[in-house]
Amino acid sequence: MWKEIALRRYQSRSQVVPQKSGQLLEKSRPYLYVAPALAFFTLFFFYPIAYMVYLSFYDWSLLDLSAMEWVGLENFHALFTDADFYQVLSNTFVFTVFTVSLGMGIAFFLALWLNHRAKIYGIVQAAIFTPHIISLVSIAMLWLWLMDPQYGLLNAILESFGLPPYSWLADTKSALASLILVSVWKVVGYNTLVFIAGLQSIPKYLYEAAALDRSPAWKTLWKITIPMLSPTLFFLLIINTISSFQVFDTINIMTQGGPVNSTNMLVFYIYEQGMDFYNGGIASAASVVLLLLVALLTLFHFLVLSKKVHYR
Amino acid sequence: MARVLLKQVVKAFQDQPVVKGLDLTIPNGSFTVLVGPSGCGKSTTLRMIAGLEEVTDGEIWIGDRKVNDVPPGKRDLAMVFQNYALYPTMNVFENIAFGLQNRGLPRQECKSLVHEIAEVVGLTSYLDRKPSELSGGQRQRVALARAMVKKPQVFLMDEPLSNLDAKLRNQMRVELTSLHKQLGSTFIYVTHDQVEAMTMGDQIVVMNEGRIQQVASPVELYQDPTNLFVAQFIGSPAMNILSWEEEESCLLGFRPEKGRIAATIQPSTEEKGISLRGKVRSREILGAEVLYYVDTRKGQIIVKANHDVELIAEDEDVRLSVAAKDLYFFDEKTGMRVMGQHVHSLPLAGGAV
Ligand SMILES: Nc1ncnc2c1ncn2[C@@H]1O[C@H](COP(=O)(O)OP(=O)(O)O)[C@@H](O)[C@H]1O
Ligand SMILES: [Mg+2]
Repeated sequence: MWKEIALRRYQSRSQVVPQKSGQLLEKSRPYLYVAPALAFFTLFFFYPIAYMVYLSFYDWSLLDLSAMEWVGLENFHALFTDADFYQVLSNTFVFTVFTVSLGMGIAFFLALWLNHRAKIYGIVQAAIFTPHIISLVSIAMLWLWLMDPQYGLLNAILESFGLPPYSWLADTKSALASLILVSVWKVVGYNTLVFIAGLQSIPKYLYEAAALDRSPAWKTLWKITIPMLSPTLFFLLIINTISSFQVFDTINIMTQGGPVNSTNMLVFYIYEQGMDFYNGGIASAASVVLLLLVALLTLFHFLVLSKKVHYR
Repeated sequence: MARVLLKQVVKAFQDQPVVKGLDLTIPNGSFTVLVGPSGCGKSTTLRMIAGLEEVTDGEIWIGDRKVNDVPPGKRDLAMVFQNYALYPTMNVFENIAFGLQNRGLPRQECKSLVHEIAEVVGLTSYLDRKPSELSGGQRQRVALARAMVKKPQVFLMDEPLSNLDAKLRNQMRVELTSLHKQLGSTFIYVTHDQVEAMTMGDQIVVMNEGRIQQVASPVELYQDPTNLFVAQFIGSPAMNILSWEEEESCLLGFRPEKGRIAATIQPSTEEKGISLRGKVRSREILGAEVLYYVDTRKGQIIVKANHDVELIAEDEDVRLSVAAKDLYFFDEKTGMRVMGQHVHSLPLAGGAV
């Protein structure tokens, strides 16, 4: 199709003898085409990023924007000498690793199980996909209630087995795990759906060929299904990593980063610094760190993992 | 060894019968071709033999084993798919070696077998390419190598040449038949192309609408079709079929290459047979031969003639004759061949177009 269009363009160009003003238009045409998108990205993407970097070199607060003071790398220095920040980073990593691996792992096996089971699929699909379309705020509220130490359903279940009630979110040992649980619960539906779409695009005859080649089930999974699914795996890995790096709503509603900083993560930390403690400079510096981390991770994914991805 | 036996094999999809009771013996070492129009159940039959499709009813035997409940991998057969079904994520070596590794062959032996077979099909320098980096013909060879390397008793092939261009197809036809001679294993080959069937098979199974029409050698199929379907399916262009006044409910047929055509209007020789008047509507010159489309009062008839005799112009009046020995008779209702009919005269001579 593109070839045709290009050809037609070429032909029409060679037919019409360009005039001076026409030539100018012709030359600026590509720029005109990308201008709206460029304007959009500049306004809402490049400019904010540049401004954020700029702000990270100042001591400022939302209370009084006129009192901005240049401090150089002071904000970064403060950040990296703050033990809390290290805990925030480590929380973020732990959270991401578990959310992504559990969210994808569970979804993968669910998808394998649901694939080709048309009857159950209809029902289960609705059940597992619903969390994805509900607002994260509602989900957080829901789980807050489920995990409530006095009235929560989870403890009611524990009790029915004769176990003592547990304060899921108030205990530093389990608060982070509880947040991971909520995130996994939310992300599994979407991941499963994407996995199933991927699985269904694997041609059936490959499995027939494998059956004729006497391939045992685990080997078919490992040698055919997973490699064929690698673009899907890669896509979900990047999407999930970035979104769990940016977790905010669940923390804000369920734990506020506590108890004792045990569930505080990067985006919430930034919000807290900027909005609660009025440390605009620290918040900006932490934002720059977040940006770099996400960029590095994505770069790593593309450089290292994309070699293993099979694109059809 | 590996004779394949089908006993009253039935396949239905959602209660819709597709294969309707096949009884077939495929002798050990034969090159058996299943041929028939698209949708007649050839692939389904082959896939049942392979074990990729469950048998609704009846029995399938390979060698002296009933295989109805034997999984595909344990039936000692290999299949070449129409689209080759190569593993896209594996390179050529891995594609060929996959089946061997699953049989627990030692690494070294596996490797030497793959190299050996790659040599045979001319793929040695492509072993580390992915299927997507190969041409259609090379993929075809990989598919063949993958089947051959397992040294199966039975080879199944479902239209393996239909994705190749005409030249390559002819070349592969020859290679496949010589491969069959070398290996001596049983080949079951599916095609919708009767020319392919006739040139490759030593036993041809003509199918239509889920039923076997005739099982015979190519020559027998051409000379002695058992019914109207086979008569018209085998041979190109198809056999001419005319109604015949002399006998009630009887159809008469002859092959285009058996018709003789002459520009003279006088009744021809004394030889027994039929003769008809007509007018050449159009003609196609195919190199050494010419196809004449002749309008007669019996409808349009195709005659294939050598054109070194004389080229007849379009719109010319002609006389068409067929010797009695080249005539076939069919029951109008059942379509079955009727033997022992005789042409008593030249009854169709009268009445020009
Ligand atoms: N999996 C299936 N489900 C339903 N119908 C099928 C299936 N496979 C084949 N058929 C039907 O069975 C008939 C025979 O198909 P097939 O064996 O592929 O024909 P052929 O190979 O002779 O062209 C066709 O009418 C086809 O639509
Ligand atoms: Mg078919």
